[in-house]
Amino acid sequence: MNTTSRGARRSISIAMAGSGGSGVLTAGTLRLEAAAKAGLYGLMVRTSGPQIRGGEAAALIRLASEPTQSLDDGFDLLLAIDWQNIHRFADEIPMRAGAMVVGDADEGEAPEVFLRNGARAEAVPLKKMSKAIAGSWTNMVALGVAGAIASIPLEALEAALSGTWKRGPAALEANLQALRAGFEKGAQIGALPALETPPANGKRWMLSGNEAAGFGALRGGVRFVAAYPITPATEMLEWMSPALTKVGGTLVQAEDELASINMIIGSSYGGVPSLTATSGPGLALMTEAIGLAITAEVPVVVVDVMRGGPSTGIPAKSEQSDLSYAVNGLHGDAPRVVVAPTSIADCLAATQWAVHLAEKLQTAAIVLSDQFMGQSRAIIDEPANIGMVAERLVVEANAPDFKRYRNTESGISPMSIPGTPGVVYTADGLEHTEAGIPSSQSVDHKLQLDKRERKLLKHDYGSAWADIEGDGDAAIITFGSVTGVVREALARAAGRGVRAKLIALRLLAPALPERLERALDGVKRVLVVEQNHSAQLLRYLRSVYDLPGRPSSFHRPGPLPLRPGELADAIVEWRNQ
Amino acid sequence: MNDVVAPIDSGRKPLTAASFKSAYKPVWCPGCGDYSVLGSVTKALAMVGVPPEQVAVVSGIGCSSRIPAYTSCYGFHGVHGRALAAATGLKVARPDLTVLAAGGDGDGFSIGGNHLMHACRRHAGPPHIVMENQVYGMTKGQPSPTTEPDWDSKLQPSGTGMRIFRPLVIALASGANFVARAFSGDPNGTADIIAEAIRHPGFSFIEILSPCVTFRPEQREWKQIARPSPVGPTDDAARAARRLMTDDGFNIGVLYAGNRKPHPIGGKPATKTVEELTAEFAL
Repeated sequence: MNTTSRGARRSISIAMAGSGGSGVLTAGTLRLEAAAKAGLYGLMVRTSGPQIRGGEAAALIRLASEPTQSLDDGFDLLLAIDWQNIHRFADEIPMRAGAMVVGDADEGEAPEVFLRNGARAEAVPLKKMSKAIAGSWTNMVALGVAGAIASIPLEALEAALSGTWKRGPAALEANLQALRAGFEKGAQIGALPALETPPANGKRWMLSGNEAAGFGALRGGVRFVAAYPITPATEMLEWMSPALTKVGGTLVQAEDELASINMIIGSSYGGVPSLTATSGPGLALMTEAIGLAITAEVPVVVVDVMRGGPSTGIPAKSEQSDLSYAVNGLHGDAPRVVVAPTSIADCLAATQWAVHLAEKLQTAAIVLSDQFMGQSRAIIDEPANIGMVAERLVVEANAPDFKRYRNTESGISPMSIPGTPGVVYTADGLEHTEAGIPSSQSVDHKLQLDKRERKLLKHDYGSAWADIEGDGDAAIITFGSVTGVVREALARAAGRGVRAKLIALRLLAPALPERLERALDGVKRVLVVEQNHSAQLLRYLRSVYDLPGRPSSFHRPGPLPLRPGELADAIVEWRNQ
Repeated sequence: MNDVVAPIDSGRKPLTAASFKSAYKPVWCPGCGDYSVLGSVTKALAMVGVPPEQVAVVSGIGCSSRIPAYTSCYGFHGVHGRALAAATGLKVARPDLTVLAAGGDGDGFSIGGNHLMHACRRHAGPPHIVMENQVYGMTKGQPSPTTEPDWDSKLQPSGTGMRIFRPLVIALASGANFVARAFSGDPNGTADIIAEAIRHPGFSFIEILSPCVTFRPEQREWKQIARPSPVGPTDDAARAARRLMTDDGFNIGVLYAGNRKPHPIGGKPATKTVEELTAEFAL
């Protein structure tokens, strides 16, 4: 695409693939580390077959001269340690014309599907080279080959390997040798155009969206987590477990999602900011108790790392198809907060904000992350701390005339925390009076429904409700991980003389019609971009806002990511209509 | 039950059972065993001697699950079947509080049965008090897991045909460290057992036979059938299991008291600040 035609490349895309246990994900992570050491930005997306172990896996890496949050349209290099079932990745790893496909001839020929567009095949005896160096691994030879082709300096590769090595020095030496042997071989095959090194402008981080969300939760003040393992949220919990211990918090592995959500409601009722993380099926199980948190006004944060659904769906691949469920999927009239991070880096800030909102508004906040952000690692500029933390309005001991669900102007009622004398109450999922006594009276129901709605609508969400960029009389509305693709597509469309405003919604619920109206001031046409089958964002927007004109939609289900090239084409076509 | 049981710090009135009762009038039917259980719970709390604001009573849904608001303690009346989950989260996050989980047999054994097993295994607390009446009372008379297989009801006209669930055996097999059966017709004995369960570290399980005189009027006869267990508690789980598999469900008392120490969850002092964790991400 456009990146191949320029003199100085802004990004290159590399896929490393192999069957399970071949170490491609380790090699991919090291490549990203090495690129970071060489001063580049980058993104690594993990993909794997349905098997837990032993199936095929691939690391999809994009190295760039600027921060990048999306995959490119095609790949410049595919390096496969073996070809077993790698053809299953054919549509996830589209090769560019002129790309290189490198494999081990002893493992068979490269599948035709990768060469169809004019990529050239190269053979490197990866296994033999590794065998010749006692104690070394094939994936380290592969890392050297791919590193040389991508013009990553050998020192950066060596430093990445040495820096993360956890075994003995002899094995490290053997693998450094393998790395160098691979590097030498790779240099003979050829090199992709070198990337412009961006200026070293401050500190950089490397992390996954799941780690970022976990850290954002801690920064927001979460000190209790209960959760049940589920792909692709598990890594968030595995990161949080030791991290919580370090900061004096606690993680409980619950027996199921019903227990997870009820445990965090219990802990939060006890005054401790609490969170659970799950994926679509788990969110479905949790919804009864999310209604309880909303009714009893107990703050909780639920992170949903979305995957292909419904049902078990496509567990290890991304999709934005829990949106409708997150914004609508509770029984009764149950106003909740739904926040969606717009990038890996934003998983941190958005989750931190969600903790703040849940605590401040004494309600349930759902964070809609997804597998693409959650399981991908990125090199990013060190994000600024948004400074939002848990601030719960708490009543003092022996406060006179305490009513837990008092009808305040803001809708937020001071909460008492167990252990505090003189302000004892029973939190209840039954509709209740201001004092918290169960009531089936219409007047109490209406008053409490109004109060629970009002506290969300009266809150000032500031500018964080959406990222708004550019201007003009046409706007793209999107959310979540697709935002990075839209941003890149808009930049490309601008290169073709076509412009549009970007509105990436971070706050999906409650809907803020006045703010969107202001953002859409002067906009005559809207394109809604999302990754699901039924255009859930478009449907939702139409149900809560009056969009100008006849809105257009660009939507496709997972698991394939939206590509910036196809979206740029779609934007140009939409603008020329 | 106005007897003074435990004095507390000066400047406050001594704690009595009445100190733990709220002003709310229960929704229970006249003659319901749960009134007596409420009395035993409040008496036990006075015996243990923690002030009401340091106690949280957590429940799910059902007649007996209305108990939190009838105490002067902090209360949590959650969703059906999840009392143990909410109570576990609260106890682990706030180990300083005295937490009780309470409810009925439908809540605890049917919809919430999975949590019972795992609370026994986890052994993190709190005590679980199940008011057993072998019927769903709040929904007006359907069979619960502990109802006899041939009990007629509108929903199951010729009975469920399902074997009864043996909660104490399940608790024991799941690793419960304290297993007891009490009877609402013996409020003082029940209070003693609840107090002992609260003092016993970690999770403990108490089934309290508490007749439903509305939908199971024949349970009035429990008064004649319930008897103190002929043998005292054992700390031998295999022996306890044999006894529980053969008993008729009316032996009252602490039936198993093991020596398993609770597994500590969390509660460790912080060794790092949150901002120090950024070192993991910094390049």
